[in-house]
Amino acid sequence: MKRFIGFIKKEFYHIFRDRRSLFILFGMPIAQIMLFGFAITNEINNVDIAILDHSKDITSQEIINKIASSKYFSIKQLIKNEAEIEAVFKKGKVKAVLIFEKDFSKNLTKENNATIQIITDATDPNTANTISNYTNSILQKYQQEINKNIKTPYQIVPKTRMVYNPELKSVFMFVPGVMTIILMLVSAMMTSISITREKELGTMEILLVSPIKPFQVIVGKVIPYVFLSIINAIVIVLLSIFIFKMPIQGSLFLLGVESVLFIITALALGILISTISATQQTAMMISLMGLMLPTILLSGFIFPIASMPLPLQVISNIIPAKWFVIILKGIMLKGVGLTFIWKETLILVVMTLFFIALSIKKYKIRLE
Amino acid sequence: MKSKNVIKVENLTKKFGDFTAVNKISFKVKTGEIFGFLGANGAGKTTAMKMLIGISIPTSGDAQVAGFDVFKNPEDIKKNIGYMSQKFALYDDLTVKENITFFGGIYGLSRKQIEEKRCLLVEELGLQDIVNELVGSLPLGWKQKISFSVALLHNPKIVFLDEPTGGVDPITRRQFWEMIYKTANNGTTVFVTTHYMDEAEYCDRVSIMVDGKIEALDTPTKLKEQFKADTMNDVFLKLARG
Amino acid sequence: MSILVKNITKTFKNLTAVNNISFDVKEGELFGLIGPDGAGKTTIFRILTTLLFADKGEAIVADYDVVKDYKSIRNNVGYMPGKFSLYQDLTVEENLAFFATIFGTTIEKNYDLIKDIYIQIEPFKTRRAGKLSGGMKQKLALCCALIHKPKVLFLDEPTTGVDPVSRKEFWEMLKRLQKKGITILVSTPYMDEAALCDRIALIQDGKILEIDTPQEIVKHYPKKIYDVKTDNMYKLIECLNTYEHHYSVYPFGEFVHYTDKREDFNPKDLQLFLEEMGAVNITIQPTETTIEDTFMELAK
Repeated sequence: MKRFIGFIKKEFYHIFRDRRSLFILFGMPIAQIMLFGFAITNEINNVDIAILDHSKDITSQEIINKIASSKYFSIKQLIKNEAEIEAVFKKGKVKAVLIFEKDFSKNLTKENNATIQIITDATDPNTANTISNYTNSILQKYQQEINKNIKTPYQIVPKTRMVYNPELKSVFMFVPGVMTIILMLVSAMMTSISITREKELGTMEILLVSPIKPFQVIVGKVIPYVFLSIINAIVIVLLSIFIFKMPIQGSLFLLGVESVLFIITALALGILISTISATQQTAMMISLMGLMLPTILLSGFIFPIASMPLPLQVISNIIPAKWFVIILKGIMLKGVGLTFIWKETLILVVMTLFFIALSIKKYKIRLE
Repeated sequence: MKSKNVIKVENLTKKFGDFTAVNKISFKVKTGEIFGFLGANGAGKTTAMKMLIGISIPTSGDAQVAGFDVFKNPEDIKKNIGYMSQKFALYDDLTVKENITFFGGIYGLSRKQIEEKRCLLVEELGLQDIVNELVGSLPLGWKQKISFSVALLHNPKIVFLDEPTGGVDPITRRQFWEMIYKTANNGTTVFVTTHYMDEAEYCDRVSIMVDGKIEALDTPTKLKEQFKADTMNDVFLKLARG
Repeated sequence: MSILVKNITKTFKNLTAVNNISFDVKEGELFGLIGPDGAGKTTIFRILTTLLFADKGEAIVADYDVVKDYKSIRNNVGYMPGKFSLYQDLTVEENLAFFATIFGTTIEKNYDLIKDIYIQIEPFKTRRAGKLSGGMKQKLALCCALIHKPKVLFLDEPTTGVDPVSRKEFWEMLKRLQKKGITILVSTPYMDEAALCDRIALIQDGKILEIDTPQEIVKHYPKKIYDVKTDNMYKLIECLNTYEHHYSVYPFGEFVHYTDKREDFNPKDLQLFLEEMGAVNITIQPTETTIEDTFMELAK
C-alpha cells in the first residue's frame, strides 16, 4: 500500500510541475464553457425581419410601427405573397417573417381574435427562440394597450413556426456536450500520454522489473486523473449554473454517479490506447483522431444523430459519448431519473467493463 | 595551401541567460587538418560546434568558417560544409540510393552529378549488394560510413563530425578513421568530436574544452609531453579533474 | 553462482539477436559484456531481468528461474537500462525516494550502500533531475538502482556517451560496490573498460567470441604485435596494406598495430620496406596486446 501511495504521489508531482498542461487542463473547460456560453447570447439587436401584410389596415400598421420602433428589430423588406418567404430566408436576408392574416382589424374587433404568424429561421435555434419571445412580448404590450377600455378583450394570437430545425435544440445543449468532450480529453488522452511517457523515458522498464504490481502501476496512473476529471466536471456544472443560469433539473447525485461512470469509461480507453502506442506522439494522435473527433462529430452534440446518414447513425452507437450525452441531457435538461436512462447507463457499464477487460489483457508485464 | 586557415575563431562566446556555455574560445584550423574537439559532457562542445556550422548565433566574438562570417553569412557556411552526427545520420525508411539522391538534391547537385557520385560511392564502399536496402536494416557501422560519405557529397571545404563512431565495433571504427585520413589527405578539413581517447591520438591537433573554455590545444604528442602523460586519456583526466 | 545462462537464443522477426549464448557469473563478481551496438547486449539484459522471454535455453538469476520465478527476481535485482533517464521533473531526492518506496524500502534503511555515491550529488538534492549534468544523472541513476540493496546489479551501457572523467569515476564506484558483495553484470562498447572487469565476454552479432579474465584473453592472441609510426599516418596505413607479408594493420592511438604473417618476422625487413616507400622517422617496436586487438582478431 505504501508503494502505491508513493506512486500516486509521484504522479501528482508530474501533473503539478507541468504548468502548461495544468493550465490547459483547467483553463480549457472554463474557456470552452465561456466560449459556447457567450457565443450563444440571449440578447438580440436590430434583427432583420420581413413583413407579409395581407390585411394592410390600421391595426396591422400600428403593430408594424411598434415593431419597427423597437431596437430589437429592423424591417428589411415588405413582401407580397407566401411564395417569397422561402426566397428571403434562403438568401439569408432576414431571420424572421411576420404574417398578418387577411382582415386583421376586422377579425380583432368583430371576433375578438386575430392571428399573426411568426416564422423564424431556426438554423440558429437560439436566435429563433429569442426572436419569437421578443415579438410575443411586443404583441402582448400592444394588446394590453388596446384592451384598456374594453370589456371583452381583444386577443392577438401569435402562431410561431420554426423552419429548418423544428426540434429547436436547447440553448443549454452545449453544456452536456462540452462536459463530455472535456472528460473524454482529460481522462483518455492524459492517461495514455502519461503511461507512454514512462515507456519513452525507459522508466517503464524499471517499474516492470520492480516489485510494484503492473495493476498498481495502472491504477496509480489513473487515480490522479479521476480526481482531475471530477474537479473539471464540477467546475463545468458550477459555471453553467452560476454564470449562465442553467437550471439543473434532475438529481445532482445521479449526475455525479453517471459522470464518474463515464470518466472510468474514458480512462479505460486511455489505458487501452497506451498499450498499443509506443510514444507520446502516437498516443496523442490516436486519442485525438480515434476519440475526440468521433466524440465531437458523432455524439449528437453538434450534429443531430437523427439527421445523419444511416451508416453514421449505426456507427454512433459504439461511441460512448453518444450515450453519455443522452444521459446528461436527460438529467440536466429534462430532469429525468434513472428509470428513464437505465438503458443508456447499462450500455456505458457494459462498454466500460469491456474496455477494462481488454486493457488488462493487453497490458504487458514484459516488453514484448 | 596547407597553411591557410579554414576556420578562424576569436573570443567566441555564447551565453544562455546567466549561463556562459562557451567562454571566449579562440583557435585556428588549417586546410586539410584533422582537428579533434574534445571535452567532458556539458563542457560546451556541442554549443561551440553549432555556432561554427551556422545554426546558432554567437553572443560575441568573431568566427570565420570556410571564409565566411558566422554572423553575416551563416547560409554560405552551410553550403560549404558537411555535417554528420551520431544522432542524425540518414533516413531509416529510405534506401541507401534514395538517401544519396535526396541529400545530393539538398546540396544542389545536378542529377548527373548525383548519379556519378553514387556510382563512385558504391564502388569505394562496396555497396553493390545493399544499395537498394532500407538504411534502417543496415548495421550501425555501415550507416555511419555511408552517412559520412553523404556528408561529403558536395565536396565541402570542411566536414564536421559529432561523435561519429559512438557504439561502432572496433574494426569498423578503424575503417571509419581510414576514411577520415583519406578525406583529409584530399584537402578537406575534418573537425571531429569523440569520447574515444585513442581516437584523439589520430588527430593532427586536439583541443580540450573544460567548463566553456579551451584549456589545451596542441598536437597529441606535445600535449602528452606538456602534461607528462602516457596517453591522451591521462591528459584528459588530468585536465578535466583539475 | 549468481547468474547462469545456458544456451539462450532470441530471435526478432528474421534477426537473431542472441544466438545460443552460455555464461555464468559468480557471486560478487564484476562481469563485463563487451561488444558494439547491435551485438545483443541489451537483449541479454532484458532476458535476465525478466522483461523478455528467450526462445530457447534457460537462465537463472540469484537462484531464481527467469521464467518461473520472475517475481522473485524483480525483488532481488537492480537494473539500469541503457536509455534510462529518470523522471526529469522530479528532484534528485524525490526520484530516489520514489524508487525506494516502490521497492518497499526507504532511503535511510539502505543509506550505507549508496552513501559514497549519494554524497556527491547531495548538494543538489532539491534540483530537478532534468537540470543535472550527464555525470550526475548517471550517479543518481545508479543510486536509484541500488536503493533496495539488490543481490545482482544489471547495468546496460552505463558509460555510453559519457566523458572519460565521469567514466573513470563510475568504474571506481562499481569497484567499491563489488567489495560490498554485490554481483554486477555490466555492458559496454568501450574496449578499454574491459580491463576493469574480473571476467569478460566478448560479444558480436549475438555470439560470444570468448569468455575469460581480461589478462587471459589477451594471451590467446596468436601473433606478436608491433607499434609502427612514421610522420604520415595515412600513407603508413596505405603502405603497410600493400606489404605482401602483412597480417593485420590497425591504427591504434598514435601508432599502427602491425602483425606479420611470418613466424620468423624481423622488424628490420619492415623498416627497409618502409624506407623504400619513402617514409621518414620510422619507429617499429614490439607492444602489449590489448583486448581490442583480441576482439578484432576474433571478430574478423
